[in-house]
Amino acid sequence: MADFWKRFKRNRGAVIGLAILLAVVLIAVFAPLLFPQSPWKMVQRPFLPPFAMDRFPLGTDTLGRNVIAGLAYGARVSLLVGLISTLVSLLIGIPIGALAGYFGGRVDDALMRFTEFFQTVPNFALAIVLVAIFEPSVQSIVGAIAIVSWPPVARLVRGEVLSLRSREYVEAAILSGQTSITIIWRQILPNTLSPIIVLASLMVATAILLESSLSFLGLGDPNLMSWGYMIGAARTVIRQAWWLSFFPGLAIVLTVLALNLIGEGLNDALNPRLSRKGK
Amino acid sequence: MTSKTEPVLRIENLQISLPEGADRPFAVDGVSYELNAGEILCIVGESGSGKSMSANAMMGLLPDMVRPTAGQIIYGGKDLLTLSEPELLDLRGRKIAMIFQEPMSALNPLMRIEDQIVEVFEAHGLLTIKERKLRALNLLIEVGIPDPEKALRAYPFQLSGGQRQRVMIAMALALEPDVLIADEPTTALDVTTQAQILDLIHDLRERHGMAVMFITHDFGVVAEIADRVAVMQFGKIVEHGNTDDVLDNPQHEYTRKLIAAIPKLHAEKQDDASRQTPVLEVTDLCKTYRSGGGFFGGPERVVKAVQMINLELAAGETLGIVGESGSGKSSVGRCLVRLMEPDSGSVFLAGEDMAKLKGEKLRAARKSIQMIFQDPFASLNPRTKVGRIIAEGPIAHGVPKSEAFSKAVELLELVGLDQSAIDRYPHEFSGGQRQRIGIARALALEPSVIIADEAVSALDVSIQAQVLDLLADLKQRLNLALVFITHDLRVAAQICDRIAVMQQGKIVEIGTAHDVFNAPTSAYTKSLIEAIPGREKELAAAS
Repeated sequence: MADFWKRFKRNRGAVIGLAILLAVVLIAVFAPLLFPQSPWKMVQRPFLPPFAMDRFPLGTDTLGRNVIAGLAYGARVSLLVGLISTLVSLLIGIPIGALAGYFGGRVDDALMRFTEFFQTVPNFALAIVLVAIFEPSVQSIVGAIAIVSWPPVARLVRGEVLSLRSREYVEAAILSGQTSITIIWRQILPNTLSPIIVLASLMVATAILLESSLSFLGLGDPNLMSWGYMIGAARTVIRQAWWLSFFPGLAIVLTVLALNLIGEGLNDALNPRLSRKGK
Repeated sequence: MTSKTEPVLRIENLQISLPEGADRPFAVDGVSYELNAGEILCIVGESGSGKSMSANAMMGLLPDMVRPTAGQIIYGGKDLLTLSEPELLDLRGRKIAMIFQEPMSALNPLMRIEDQIVEVFEAHGLLTIKERKLRALNLLIEVGIPDPEKALRAYPFQLSGGQRQRVMIAMALALEPDVLIADEPTTALDVTTQAQILDLIHDLRERHGMAVMFITHDFGVVAEIADRVAVMQFGKIVEHGNTDDVLDNPQHEYTRKLIAAIPKLHAEKQDDASRQTPVLEVTDLCKTYRSGGGFFGGPERVVKAVQMINLELAAGETLGIVGESGSGKSSVGRCLVRLMEPDSGSVFLAGEDMAKLKGEKLRAARKSIQMIFQDPFASLNPRTKVGRIIAEGPIAHGVPKSEAFSKAVELLELVGLDQSAIDRYPHEFSGGQRQRIGIARALALEPSVIIADEAVSALDVSIQAQVLDLLADLKQRLNLALVFITHDLRVAAQICDRIAVMQQGKIVEIGTAHDVFNAPTSAYTKSLIEAIPGREKELAAAS
């Protein structure tokens, strides 16, 4: 573990990313304490520019709502949707990939054709359709994002399992009479952990982007303030009130960038042999 | 033999430091030796002894973190360690050439052989294009490749291992170097091919008057080829002298230990009467691989890996299956335990036909036939603790966890490891220790038959001797039947009661170890035994 941290620290970008993400997480966790009033509540005159009043450093929106409070509450939605939808897609993708890779043959064919079916439909279009059918809510958004993002997980896990299943320790496990499920669970999956973690960190970033895009189109949960919704609502007034789209946009960029940097750092730390040399 | 002239290359007090956190501060510490024209110097040592390091320093091929800190490598009046990269570029290949262990990875897989040899001249801007091609052909003729014109047009994968190594040697010879460095050039080759390559190097040395620096771990090879030997241990040369002096009369304790650890080519005569009833009976086992063909046609490739094999194994007996790579010996072992499905034939173990069992019955039957694998690093799950690795089998067969773990402790002691090993991960152990863990795992299910597939091939010779002793001891104490698959006839001679020699999927000879070694009946067995490096020297010493 100490070794892991040492290698992670060597990538300066990853440390910066971790710091940004930590800040976003803290803001999200303490949002109700920092801004006790609902972000939907009108608190000042509309179109208050940023830095004009100390109480509203980022100004107010078209209806006089506090922008910075919206950002803080939006962070909760973004992180929550990002994390949970990634978890769900791992839960779908890992078993499918592991079974396909381990058993091969017809099982592999069937599962991979199933996976390709999802890969051939454009992600975003499928997500829009799913959310539209099930009515916009946090659950339907999480579900839709998970359903469009599991195929890469299944492909990755299948590839890893394919290369691991011919290892001698797996053969030894077969000879010692362990069942296929035990072998996949105890011998193979623990050794695929590193690439899965790296992929997952990047998937959280993509999920946040997907959620923002959905909210931007008005397909977000109507009861939750989210960054995508804020940009979407402000797009008609972008020339009068630039700050209404700029700050939520900046929040998305920083969070996604942070997650990507962390993903790269994890890659260096977990796969020391693949990491770039020198420096 | 060599006239006393100025040496071609002289290494003085060379010291190469390792990065912090390595097991010792210096890879090579205070090493000095000379290379004379027309002489073969063998550098011998076990893995990690630093035997390749001085050669790499000479060619400027040291890894990033490893630096020479003291000493000189004098060639042609200049210190190679102080030369700039452009100066080294000119020397490499032209004056000092190198051949490597694995010819497949040293050749570019996407280039024809001709282009690769021509490239050597091109890199140094020598000869015209036409002359280069002619030289390439002549070089291939000189290194004795069959059908050299065809070989020029071939890609590396179309040649055999021995032919690839000949191409490497041809490339090394292309610019008539003064010094040839050969780093384990025959280790990846079969024994008969190895003998041919050794002959070739010996021959070329004489014809070109090159100095050859030959790095190896194998004392048999040393006896075949070397004029002088330097024995290395922990980065130091512990003994240095003429081959005959060092081999016949080793002065240093480490050299003596190494030479004593080499398995002797001598099989004890045994009386057949003591044989017990067979526990394993194999009849007419066949396995054929098919590849290619398929949807788009194309010729199907059919390899008959195992053809009508018949074997019998009694309790307490060791049967060796020897053969060169591709002879099907590993396929036999894998068919026996059903890691591979045999096409036909039967494998009777304790009254049941292993070859036909399915599902739950196969799982239960496998308890009594276990395997020890070749690679001590790939055969243990890196993320599982040793105790769990050993206990997994019994747990899968319904033994309570606590009982399985206490058994694991007993097994660790049985194979000569400390019981504290149970809570450690495999990467904390050396190759030999890992192989002991693999043996403990195989024993955990109390099998009656154990299949050892090249179980000691990846180990250094002194570790190899210890593991062989352990196996022999366990076999006797537990009355195990052992199938020992190996390419190394010396190892087979030491541990096996009976030996089956395989060639192209068939058993060409089977008999007691004594008979097979002393009176082989098939021509193939004879050629295998004659190709064992160091055999003549051993025979001379025995008589």
